[in-house]
Amino acid sequence: MVDDELYREIILEHYHHPRYKGALPDANLTAEGINPLCGDELTLYLKTDGDRIVEASFEGRGCSISQASASMLTEALRGLTIEEARQLMERVKAMLTGAPHEPFDEDEDLSALEGVRNYPVRIKCALLAWTTLEEMLEAK
Amino acid sequence: MSVQIAATYDVQTIRADFPILKRRVDGNPLVYLDNAATSQKPRQVIDALVQYYEQSNANVHRGLHTLAEEATEAYETARAKVAHFIGAEPESLVFTRNTTEAINLVAYAWGLANLREGDLIVLSEMEHHSNIVPWQLVAQRTGAKLHYVPFTSEGELDMEALESLLRQEPKLVAITHVSNVLGTVNPVQEITRKAHAVGAKVLVDGAQAVPHKLVNVTQIDCDFYAFSGHKMLAPTGIGALYARQELLEQMPPFMGGGSMIRKVTHEFSTWADVPTKFEAGTPNIADAVAFGVAVDYLQRVGMEAIQQHEQSLTEEALRLLEAEEDIVIYGPRDARKRCGLVSFNFKHVHPHDVAQILDKRGIAIRAGHHCCQIIMRRLDVTATARASFYLYNTLEEVRAFWKALDDVRKVFGKYGGR
Repeated sequence: MVDDELYREIILEHYHHPRYKGALPDANLTAEGINPLCGDELTLYLKTDGDRIVEASFEGRGCSISQASASMLTEALRGLTIEEARQLMERVKAMLTGAPHEPFDEDEDLSALEGVRNYPVRIKCALLAWTTLEEMLEAK
Repeated sequence: MSVQIAATYDVQTIRADFPILKRRVDGNPLVYLDNAATSQKPRQVIDALVQYYEQSNANVHRGLHTLAEEATEAYETARAKVAHFIGAEPESLVFTRNTTEAINLVAYAWGLANLREGDLIVLSEMEHHSNIVPWQLVAQRTGAKLHYVPFTSEGELDMEALESLLRQEPKLVAITHVSNVLGTVNPVQEITRKAHAVGAKVLVDGAQAVPHKLVNVTQIDCDFYAFSGHKMLAPTGIGALYARQELLEQMPPFMGGGSMIRKVTHEFSTWADVPTKFEAGTPNIADAVAFGVAVDYLQRVGMEAIQQHEQSLTEEALRLLEAEEDIVIYGPRDARKRCGLVSFNFKHVHPHDVAQILDKRGIAIRAGHHCCQIIMRRLDVTATARASFYLYNTLEEVRAFWKALDDVRKVFGKYGGR
């Protein structure tokens, strides 16, 4: 009965132990995202050194999918260049919306989000962190 | 103490009238507990739509042929049924799309003509967005100010705060009859009496009340009362506004077009009698006719019997949920102070996840802010889960819902109750 496809272990684990949760006082990039349908809120913080992301964190309230996705994002962004972050964002968005993309390896946490695709109303939850990132990078 | 259903209430016969209740979801029988969002429709209402389109379809108030006469007769009969159902006369009942449109009609037609800079509009913090946003729009255009009556920790309206706002002589009090999140039934008759004493007009949002309890607008004595058909067995797209006839006569039209005129010249027009003055264009005839049939259905079962049945279901839901240490319940604890719904949260699981897991069992509940972000902020949550009942729900369904909450614990529980 338990919904394994959606609630994969790694998603629950990120939800219960978010990686980089909390404000980043010396962030030089921040953006706020909101899902008006469900009221989920998210603030994303990045600290960059030149073109490279050195720290990333998030604050927010929401369902397991939106929070786990944000946690995975902060973990994945650290060490990437802005351009690499943009490419990763496009790849995750493509995975969630069913567009062609280079699949994630099974041992990459982000691959756990693939199951969300079969739950149309939850795709927006998983996308929230990534669309917030997109807005941040566009505003940059 | 165990809750029982009145022996005279034949829920199985009622259920047999609702084709959708035979549906299965993921192999499970559907348990539909999202009635505050919209109700299911009985065969009689669905048949009324088919019969109207197969037998009598024509435009109303204009043709001289048989079908036009039948359609007009059916439409106006439905108006009379719906009006009488809430203790009003047909002349004071305007068909709208839904509660939202009914409130907007008052906001634009009455509000823009009667509100001035500095005037006070009193709302409550338990309003649905449909009874907030139209007033914000009108306030922006007129310079009127909005004040909100808070609710107590028990989920009841703070009557002292209301009375102190009334001393500032507001022009309008717009208040919900039943909260769609807390389930609270507000004392709208008392509020109306007090508001009238200081010269304020009163609008009541009855979207969650008319489907579930006997409502009499003449007794409440309010000036405006708005409600939707789709929450009370009728199709979507049809609702109603009751307004005092003299107010309808004074108010300028909301929308202009066909039907609502008496005479049109190059420069100006004069208006049809109320309520037609507020029904520009071809109305939603078929759904209005079916609205009348829905009202017939509810009256046949009896609103008091329905209310009592829902109260038993609510009592059982409250009793089962209150015993759970990992669950928080919102709104009054006394089922007699509520209409048939219960909002709740797991302490450590988001309501979307709760609703998703219950859906796998065929159990449909709502999770979200329920168009009440002000309540959510007051409760310090972003969303709640909500189970809402109607005349066809059973005690077994309430218990199935409660039992399925264990699935939530199975998915989320192993993290030490976090």
